[in-house]
Amino acid sequence: MDHLDVLADAAENLYPARMQMALSLGWHIVFACFGIAFPLITVVTEWRGHRRGDAELLGLARTWAKAMGILFAAGAVSGTLLSFEMGILWPGLMDRFGEVYGFPFVLEGFAFFIEAIFVGVYLFGWDRLSPRAHVLSAVPMIVSGMAGAFFVVAANAWMNNPTGFRLDAQGRVVDAQPWAAMFGPSTWPQVVHMLLAAYMVTGFTVASVYAVGVLRGRRERRHRLGLVIPLAFAAAVTPVQIGVGDWIANTVADNQPVKLAAMEGQYETTAGAPLSIGGWYSDGEMRGALEIPNGLSLLVHHDPDGVVLGLEEVPPDERPPVNVVHLAFDTMVGLGSALLLLAVWCGWAWWRRRRLPGSRWFLRAVAASGVAAVVAMEAGWVVTEVGRQPWVVYGLLRTADAVSPAPGLWLGFYGVLAVYTVLTALTVYVLRRLASRPGTSAPQEVDAEPPDRGTGQVALR
Amino acid sequence: MTLAEVVLAVMFVGLVAYGLFGGADFGAGIWDLLAGGTRRGARQRELIEHSIAPVWEANHVWLIFVLVVLWTAFSGAFAAVVTTLYVPLTLAAFGMIARGAAFAFRKSTTTLGMRRALGAAFAFSSLATPYFLGSVVGAVASGRVPAGIAAGDVVTSWVNPTSALGGVLAVLVCAYLAAVFLCADARREGAEDLVRQFRARALGTAAVTGAVGLAGLFVLRADAPLLFDGLTGRAAPVVVLSVVAGVAALGLLWTRRYGAARAASALAVTAILVGWAVAQYPYVLVPEVTIEEAAVGRSTLVAMLVALGAGAVVLVPSLVYLYVLFQRAPTGTAAHPGS
Ligand code: HDD
Ligand code: HEM
Ligand code: HEM
Repeated sequence: MDHLDVLADAAENLYPARMQMALSLGWHIVFACFGIAFPLITVVTEWRGHRRGDAELLGLARTWAKAMGILFAAGAVSGTLLSFEMGILWPGLMDRFGEVYGFPFVLEGFAFFIEAIFVGVYLFGWDRLSPRAHVLSAVPMIVSGMAGAFFVVAANAWMNNPTGFRLDAQGRVVDAQPWAAMFGPSTWPQVVHMLLAAYMVTGFTVASVYAVGVLRGRRERRHRLGLVIPLAFAAAVTPVQIGVGDWIANTVADNQPVKLAAMEGQYETTAGAPLSIGGWYSDGEMRGALEIPNGLSLLVHHDPDGVVLGLEEVPPDERPPVNVVHLAFDTMVGLGSALLLLAVWCGWAWWRRRRLPGSRWFLRAVAASGVAAVVAMEAGWVVTEVGRQPWVVYGLLRTADAVSPAPGLWLGFYGVLAVYTVLTALTVYVLRRLASRPGTSAPQEVDAEPPDRGTGQVALR
Repeated sequence: MTLAEVVLAVMFVGLVAYGLFGGADFGAGIWDLLAGGTRRGARQRELIEHSIAPVWEANHVWLIFVLVVLWTAFSGAFAAVVTTLYVPLTLAAFGMIARGAAFAFRKSTTTLGMRRALGAAFAFSSLATPYFLGSVVGAVASGRVPAGIAAGDVVTSWVNPTSALGGVLAVLVCAYLAAVFLCADARREGAEDLVRQFRARALGTAAVTGAVGLAGLFVLRADAPLLFDGLTGRAAPVVVLSVVAGVAALGLLWTRRYGAARAASALAVTAILVGWAVAQYPYVLVPEVTIEEAAVGRSTLVAMLVALGAGAVVLVPSLVYLYVLFQRAPTGTAAHPGS
């Protein structure tokens, strides 16, 4: 194959490869959130159930444990595909920098291994371990879920802010320091932001399922508990998340000024830059945006006259697609603020009346909060990933140079699209069944219900 | 042993674990496929389900482990292999998704039609996935992956005699391992008729695997002479060990000592894999790139070893706990048809 051929193929592959990566990650991350946050919510419920001898709490925890098992299975298979894709789609990235930033993935492998083991133990051991041993068996699951998230997000943070190595004159990596690479400037803000996002996504989503149930007339105590407990977790972390959002925005301003400029559609380097909300960027200008004077400078420098770098600082071919990044950012911040209002509403009602508001509007808001949290989280990832373009490793390696030139690679996108369509449909179907019939088995459990269809078929499983 | 060799050896331990645990897991799916009609096969399927439900996820993380160690410690060779062989690897990944999802969700559905469809997806992907993985091994072992990104032929690299042999052998070995493992599981659950069935299957697949293995030597002599020389030369003792262990496993199966048969079978399969590694040594990509050339910098290798050691300290007890908990608690339902 001659050189030109290779280039042609790589160019043809770039767009579908990105779409494939975005689809797989965007899918995986939703399930990952449940893998991170659902264990704690479930175990706290189980623990309180044991402490108070409350069968309804225990029943609720058991249903959630099963849902967790189903979501975990979906997360695990989608994660497997991701580890293939990192190499199949982006060999230029792995080849050149694998030795620097592959390391957190090794640790992540251990974390997920432990998590998979203890999800198995937790579900399998439900009636087989003593309550104490059972609650304790969940601790490794909680810790390793969070640790796994740390390692993966640390790898992503490295792509945003590569550290921990030197390049020689030919641009080859020398002196890789994988431990140092794991703790770059973006790591902590990104990890904390992601962990909180996982709690918000899980808490609001689970609560929203029960809110829909209450709206449809279900009034049992179990149903109310199913609404209150996850909502309490989510509402408690939401205000913190907004603070962390400020922290991460500052980190971006310091280390990735072009991404920040794209987030705000800021073309010129300006002192006292305004905060733009909404609008459309074209030809170096934000049109139709609601502008808060000096807002951006105030936000990122905590000084109304701080200087904010604009897109003009870099040549056009080093600028990300501004509108995607800007609108995704507004979506995240907008939904985050809306969820904050909901959290405040909960907190206020609890403080004044020791119970949640019962109005239908409140229930409707909770019902919508699950979708809102997921969309905010996805939007955040779009800001991070698209805002880094055209770089896959910020400032060092272009995405176009990382993609595999293998012929026919782009077909994989359609395969992934088809596979995930089916997988989504199945997951939704199974979770809905679990909601209507708590007896439904989780994948890690041993005993399955026999299929329905009259007595002649009982032997079939 | 150099540092790079140690890291590669640790990766290889992961690969062997995947071959044994993941392999038995795939094999169980293959027997699910061959268990017969919905009614006739029901009890076998139930046993299979019981045997793998709590462990199937953990069994497959071994593969992830192999991948991440390779891409961190042998980045360039990893990039070469996965880009040249992206077709079978993508298909294997799809197979794993189909398999995992179908197995997981089959249990949570109760309509017969859904269950049949998911059962079929589970069983077919259990057959296809090890074939693709075996063909990848065949491709690497026969030197069809040159250094460089997507430098090899994306089709003939895995559609060739050695890859076909690798794929077929992988499927057979999985089926064999699963049959042996299931004998002991069936006995523990007190289902003597199932023990008989799986014993017959284990003996049958052992015979077929042996025959294919022998025939395979001729394929290798023609198609992958370097590998053939290695297997019959430096790796000969390991290959002999594999044959001896295999024959011993047959004897143990014949005399119904299933626990010991498990161990002997595991040894035989491990020896096959180790034989491949010894035959290919010192190359990662035959015949161009050696282990030393492929390895990354020292500090990354050291960090890897530290992480692998510390990780093992946490991982091994957890795994043992999982398997012990699971083996200790027989569920007994397989013994009562219709329960
Ligand atoms: C429920 C989810 C959620 C909510 C309510 C928010 N975020 Fe967020 N945000 C995420 C979920 C998220 C995320 C998906 O988790 C990201 C992607 C990468 C990361 O580490 O976190 C993210 C990334 C992200 C980035 C890009 C970081 C980078 O590229 O390195 C910035 C600047 C912010 N966020 C800022 C905010 C602000 C100012 C918020 C205030 C309202 C906010 N986020 C609310
Ligand atoms: C830590 C985890 C992640 C890693 C290591 C990672 C890595 C990558 C890589 C290698 C690419 C392709 C190169 C590129 O376009 O820059 C990419 C693109 C992308 N990823 Fe991520 N990503 C991660 C998390 C996520 C998540 C959770 C989402 C969720 C939505 C996401 C969304 C995207 C999108 C939208 C693109 C395409 C960007 C574009 O083409 O403009 N990423 N990511
Ligand atoms: C922000 C990004 C990510 C987060 C927070 C995350 C988190 C998680 C979590 C918590 C799990 C456990 C399973 C579950 O709960 O569903 C999981 C599974 C997995 N993830 Fe991700 N992940 C991310 C991105 C990635 C990327 C980029 C890869 C691959 C390169 C990956 C590979 C895997 C694998 C292989 C598994 C399965 C492990 C198992 O079977 O337990 N993940 N992920």
